[in-house]
Amino acid sequence: MAILEVDGIKKDFGPTTVLKGISFSLEEGQALAIIGSSGSGKTTLLRCLNFLETPDSGTIRVKDELLFDAADPTTQKEREIRRKRLHFGMVFQSFNLFPQYTALENVTLALKLSARERPDYKTRRRELLTEIDGQGMALLEMMGLKERAEHYPHQLSGGQQQRVAIARALALRPDVLCFDEPTSALDPELTGEVLRVIRGLAEKKTTMVIVTHEMAFARDVADQVIFMDGGVIVEQGPAREVIEHPTQERTRQFLSRYAEQP
Amino acid sequence: MSFQTVTMMLLEGFRYNCELFAVTLILALPLGLVVSFGTMSPFKPLSWLVRFYVYIMRSTPLMLQLAIVFYMPGILLGPGHSLSRMGAAAVAFVLNYAAYFSEIFRGGIQGVPAGQREAGQVLGLTKTQIFFRITLLQVIKRIVPPMGNEIITLVKDTSLANFIMVAEIIKIAKDFGNKAMIWPLFYAGVFFLVFNGIVTLLLNLAEKKLSYFRV
Repeated sequence: MAILEVDGIKKDFGPTTVLKGISFSLEEGQALAIIGSSGSGKTTLLRCLNFLETPDSGTIRVKDELLFDAADPTTQKEREIRRKRLHFGMVFQSFNLFPQYTALENVTLALKLSARERPDYKTRRRELLTEIDGQGMALLEMMGLKERAEHYPHQLSGGQQQRVAIARALALRPDVLCFDEPTSALDPELTGEVLRVIRGLAEKKTTMVIVTHEMAFARDVADQVIFMDGGVIVEQGPAREVIEHPTQERTRQFLSRYAEQP
Repeated sequence: MSFQTVTMMLLEGFRYNCELFAVTLILALPLGLVVSFGTMSPFKPLSWLVRFYVYIMRSTPLMLQLAIVFYMPGILLGPGHSLSRMGAAAVAFVLNYAAYFSEIFRGGIQGVPAGQREAGQVLGLTKTQIFFRITLLQVIKRIVPPMGNEIITLVKDTSLANFIMVAEIIKIAKDFGNKAMIWPLFYAGVFFLVFNGIVTLLLNLAEKKLSYFRV
């Protein structure tokens, strides 16, 4: 059963149409890579899923629940959106860690704030917070960052910051974890550690949508690949097939530019 | 006249400077924050109006603003409607400094990258939580240095109140000139040095407190 169904998403920024009707679905436990050149609309699509942009038309469903329908304003209430967002996790290109919090505090902030809304928060406060810290530590350990829990973002390398950001996104147990070019802001020698972590998540059957420029990574780790160009999906299919044997001319052109690189 | 008498008289005058400083700081900081929200308002007429106010306040001499606040009510509404000298000084200072502070707040708020707010949004935080848990401390860290500059200037600017005959320290010190005494004027400078010395120490302390993270 498809966990995520996106249908007919369109988005204009003023006179430019960035998304011209995007439809796809994703099975639970699968990783989807979205590839394409800059300006093809990949990031905007991801931002639509996370309610950071409001599509002009189209629908988004997760686990058969209609989260967004451009034609139905009742699906776009601020309060509802806050809850619906939690179906998705987001890892940004520029990490966006909160600089005033330690690695562990970054991971636990949202959990601790939502724990306040629990009816038993007052009586079990200490217990709950200890429990959340434990969850945060477990996530950091999974990212290989147990020793860095008390470090502030500026004391961490880019690769470490991005791994903290992944732990932060996982903390809320999203149904779909989104990555927006997670290694594009990193030095080549640091991309490996982040890609390894994402590969590990794929092996654990985490449902993911990954916008990336790392073709070899997309081929090896993703189950499905979507190639976007000019706001439309040009080609989609099993990752290895699309990347090694593209059927569309535009996909071939795009991929050949990567093949030329050393 | 003895050194001690002069000191006591100057101290008496300096009390007005301290009062004006305290009132301006306490009222102009929150007003400045409100004004900064006004200039950033998506409702254009409000934004233009508030920007115009900031433009007027920053583009004309504070001395002139003091005179207008003190004399205008009497001229327009007739005698008996004027504010007290200190009251007029306080109004002019608060209006003037709120304009300057608002620009510092605006710079501080707009300086926080959009990604910080978005990271909070995707974690399901409310707008209030994002402002208080994420943005605010980053804004404070960014504005401490420029705010420090303004606050130190404010300490010295309080002496401008002598333009509308507030008996502040520079007015008292200048009046010693009538008795052919010039040194009290120079001596008055020491009061400002000491006061701003303390302000500088506090600002350094605030900067140090916030140095555990980087923005």
